[in-house]
Amino acid sequence: MPEQTEITVDKEIDARGSFCPGPLMELIRGMKALPVGGTLAVLSSDPGSAKDIPAWIQKARHEFLGAFPAQGYTRFVARKTH
Amino acid sequence: MPQHILVVGGGVGGTIVANLLARSLHRQEAEITLIDSTGLHAYMPGWLYLPFNQMEADSDQLIRPERSLLNNHVHLVTGEVQRIDTHNRELHVRHAPGKDEIVGTGGASEATYPYDYLVLATGARLEPTDLPGLVEGEGRWHHFYSAQAAIHLREALHRFEGGRIVITVGGIPYRCPPAPLEFAFLLEEWLRKRGLRERTELHYLYPLPRVFPIESVAEVATPLLEERDIKYTVFFNTEAVDTQRKVISSLEGEEIPYDLLVLIPPHRGAKVIEDSGLGDEQGWLPTDRATLAVKGQSHIYALGDATDLPVSKSGSAAHFEARVLARRLIAEVRGEEPEHGEATYDGEVMCFLETGGNRATQLVFNYEHPPHPPRPSQYYHMEKHLFNRAYWHIVPQGLV
Repeated sequence: MPEQTEITVDKEIDARGSFCPGPLMELIRGMKALPVGGTLAVLSSDPGSAKDIPAWIQKARHEFLGAFPAQGYTRFVARKTH
Repeated sequence: MPQHILVVGGGVGGTIVANLLARSLHRQEAEITLIDSTGLHAYMPGWLYLPFNQMEADSDQLIRPERSLLNNHVHLVTGEVQRIDTHNRELHVRHAPGKDEIVGTGGASEATYPYDYLVLATGARLEPTDLPGLVEGEGRWHHFYSAQAAIHLREALHRFEGGRIVITVGGIPYRCPPAPLEFAFLLEEWLRKRGLRERTELHYLYPLPRVFPIESVAEVATPLLEERDIKYTVFFNTEAVDTQRKVISSLEGEEIPYDLLVLIPPHRGAKVIEDSGLGDEQGWLPTDRATLAVKGQSHIYALGDATDLPVSKSGSAAHFEARVLARRLIAEVRGEEPEHGEATYDGEVMCFLETGGNRATQLVFNYEHPPHPPRPSQYYHMEKHLFNRAYWHIVPQGLV
């Protein structure tokens, strides 16, 4: 499993402390603006993201590159595949 | 020498910050100029009700001249910013004909305004081109994110005699996350009153794994949808609309037919922000979540819908941000340190969510504290309606 510091991304969105519309919406927004093949990281302090984010990425048929825990938040990384 | 503070955008955020600055800073300290493209100030939450009432688009509950809401010491310029020159710290503005209140331009239609501090409160714009099918299908899909569109929707509802109505969002982010859900509840009620409910299937589609971003609200809203027989589909991210076949399709591969479509159009930042290169790919300004400074720039701040902050695009966020930003700018102009915590935005938002049946709930939260919405009640519905009316007298003026 690669260290989170090894995955550099094209765009990082800090959604810590975001309740509405929340980290998943920030991820969806970020993925939309990304070119195909681009990578995105979303920082979330919401415990629900652990389930929501990978589930959405899979449903949307993008590539989930991992969830990397940090102090008080998690860094979710994905690649836009289409 | 007074500092020049320019505020671009006369929405709720820009108006409040201009008024707070004008009230606190003496003329020798700063000159405050607000530039707005129309010279009119709209109360957008009022549009939600327009499809269901008989209000005119120009009702003074919905729209008023910006000048009537501004402190006398704020100079108002009605015109469009053509270019933001961050190097020379000036804005190039094209004035609206006959609307220039700054006599000093001698009636010129274009002028340059220097700034020492720039506040970008340029909001969001609706961009139907961002969703395939919308532009070609103009007139055959509806929304309520402008007074005109809300009135067209009202007309479509009056002609509606039964069938399937689909309600959803066409892009993320969009202003006021609760609005599509509120609309579904209000529409259901309206159809019942009109005797059309039996002949109508309502279908609410949402991009997330639940019907609303906030889980505790979704837990209250979902049983209400079920109780009122409003079908819902989650994990539906709109990808295209076919207004000929009357089908809406999702990124996830689903296709849903409709007879009448209410779809919140995709949003982007203002064109001038996109053109300036200051914004991201969708035209949102990269903004410091605490100081509201535009990242990578000096002397430039942003607030309201124009930012890329992970808070709801809402008048409420703009309102709280404006109060914080005014304190920050006042301290900067005076070369002082702002009082601890007074000039940082803590992510505060307060908004209402109508659930139909004259009931509503209230969402209050910030970066640190999630909302704990109360059970929907008549109290919050009344509070929302009182707020709708009181707004004009106390909010843009910076009195609350």
